[in-house]
Amino acid sequence: MSEYTVVPFGPQHPVLPEPIHLDLVLDDEKVVEAIPRIGFVHRGLEKLVEKKDFLDFVYVAERICGICSFIHGLSYCIAVEEIMKIDVPPRAQYLRTIWSELSRIHSHLLWLGLFADAFGFESLFMNCWKLREQILDIIEETTGGRVIFGSAKVGGVRKDISREKLSEIVAKLEAYRKEIKGITDIFMRDASVKHRLVGVGVLSKEDAYKLGAVGPTARGSGLAVDMRRLGYAAYGKINFQPVVENAGDSYSRCKVRIRELFQSVDIIKQCAAQIEEGPIEVKVTGLPQGEFFCRTEQPRGEVVYYAKADGTKFLKRLRVRTPTFANLAAMLKMLQGCQLADVPVLILTIDPCISCSER
Amino acid sequence: MSFFSMAKTVLLSLFRKPSTRRYPFVVRPFFKNTRGKVDIEIIKCIFCGICQKKCPTSAINVFKVEKKWEIDRLRCISCGLCVESCPKKCLSLNNQYPASMTERAKEVFPDA
Amino acid sequence: MNQEQKIINITPGQLTEKVRELSDQQFRLVQINCTKLDAGFELNYSFDKELELVNLRLSLSDFDAVIPSVSGIYLAAFLYENETADLFGAKFQGIAVDFKGNFYNTHIKHPFNPDGPAAPEVK
Repeated sequence: MSEYTVVPFGPQHPVLPEPIHLDLVLDDEKVVEAIPRIGFVHRGLEKLVEKKDFLDFVYVAERICGICSFIHGLSYCIAVEEIMKIDVPPRAQYLRTIWSELSRIHSHLLWLGLFADAFGFESLFMNCWKLREQILDIIEETTGGRVIFGSAKVGGVRKDISREKLSEIVAKLEAYRKEIKGITDIFMRDASVKHRLVGVGVLSKEDAYKLGAVGPTARGSGLAVDMRRLGYAAYGKINFQPVVENAGDSYSRCKVRIRELFQSVDIIKQCAAQIEEGPIEVKVTGLPQGEFFCRTEQPRGEVVYYAKADGTKFLKRLRVRTPTFANLAAMLKMLQGCQLADVPVLILTIDPCISCSER
Repeated sequence: MSFFSMAKTVLLSLFRKPSTRRYPFVVRPFFKNTRGKVDIEIIKCIFCGICQKKCPTSAINVFKVEKKWEIDRLRCISCGLCVESCPKKCLSLNNQYPASMTERAKEVFPDA
Repeated sequence: MNQEQKIINITPGQLTEKVRELSDQQFRLVQINCTKLDAGFELNYSFDKELELVNLRLSLSDFDAVIPSVSGIYLAAFLYENETADLFGAKFQGIAVDFKGNFYNTHIKHPFNPDGPAAPEVK
């Protein structure tokens, strides 16, 4: 009869920058079971909706998370606009798509850097973040902020991008393609990296579906689940396919995110070619009444915004279900049977954003 | 499968100049659109109070009687709503970040 | 944007049976949401299959009603049910991993439902 030890993998850990607590039940060096605890950064932002005007709440929604901030603001705006039946002008839709894709590129580059840091490859980490700086410069030139964009607004967008600026952005991104490829090739081909990733943390296709995995976690196991196919913002007019890999281990989840990087550069190119002149916002009058479920695709997966309004200027209920919350159950399944040293690497493959999931 | 793929980058970096800026000798230039701090031309202000109503964090206080306009820099999130809604266009968003403070004081602009 | 929203109202007795039906048709669980109404509350279970969203809605008039848990069918539901129990004070029966009120350790118990069931003293 083997003896089990329980190791607390606490909210403060030198390897993992996320405040999640796991109680790992170990049999020698192998993990038998993991029990999660979250709630260390719970701010109660859903309750704040009772005090802030529904138009001003965009600023709070954007600050739920630092990395996926624009898409939070965008989903809130879409939820309120669908309740009030507002038609956003096409130029604003294209601009929103361009900023969403820039947000996705910077988030995936950030993740690649943290992932390399988790298995000890610091120089690769620094190089990924060096590339990310150049994307943040593009974002700051167009919106004014490096991480918190401040450009989503109910009824449109707040700032415009001129035609010359758009062609400049597309040219810069094409030039970065070669540098990004040089760095991502190291993830895909280097022998020491592959030793840590291939065959580790396998999640089968049925398990991923049953446990409700979303985003690259699900797409790495063969499920083609991508909310951008719903056609919100300008995605209905862009030609793209969800990126799917079939092996279900950490290597395929990493490959999905790398391929999505190049797909985002393509999508921005298509948007810049199709965008037309026009107004960027529409005036909002009246108060919202009704409810709506809005689903969009963040870099980490599917986010659901449920807004319910009853005719006053404060919303009655706002519920945010973030992708990390949905991936937690799948992560617990992945951890069963792995070695103790692989635990931080596996937690990072779902791209945890605990500050989002606890609002 | 490749081995030592990072070795080339690491060795070349011995001979290239550093990738980081040598602050404070080299300062990063801000962009034109950067949202820094809010500035006011107090001469043009009519103390209507619209900026106070629009501010999402209640960082601005307008005193109509004493003709004073004050802002709490630590609460301001540089969103720019006050700049857009001022009827006299006396507010503007400077692209330098506000200086650090040692105590929580509000910045007051009296109409002298 | 063409997001279909289907909402089906059910009673607590029909919950397990309806959820099992949806599970047999290969729907996946998206979220479980609780909204506090003026009198009582309503629970909303969302399911999705190939971009189509179906919602099951339960309306209950008081917080003491015990709701059967669906974590036997969808294991991921235990996270949502623990969160609802901690924030609103709703009572679930048979959750797969039950934290018994310790999932989110907030200073005030049931913060989203201030005039709900009286909370035990938190030291």
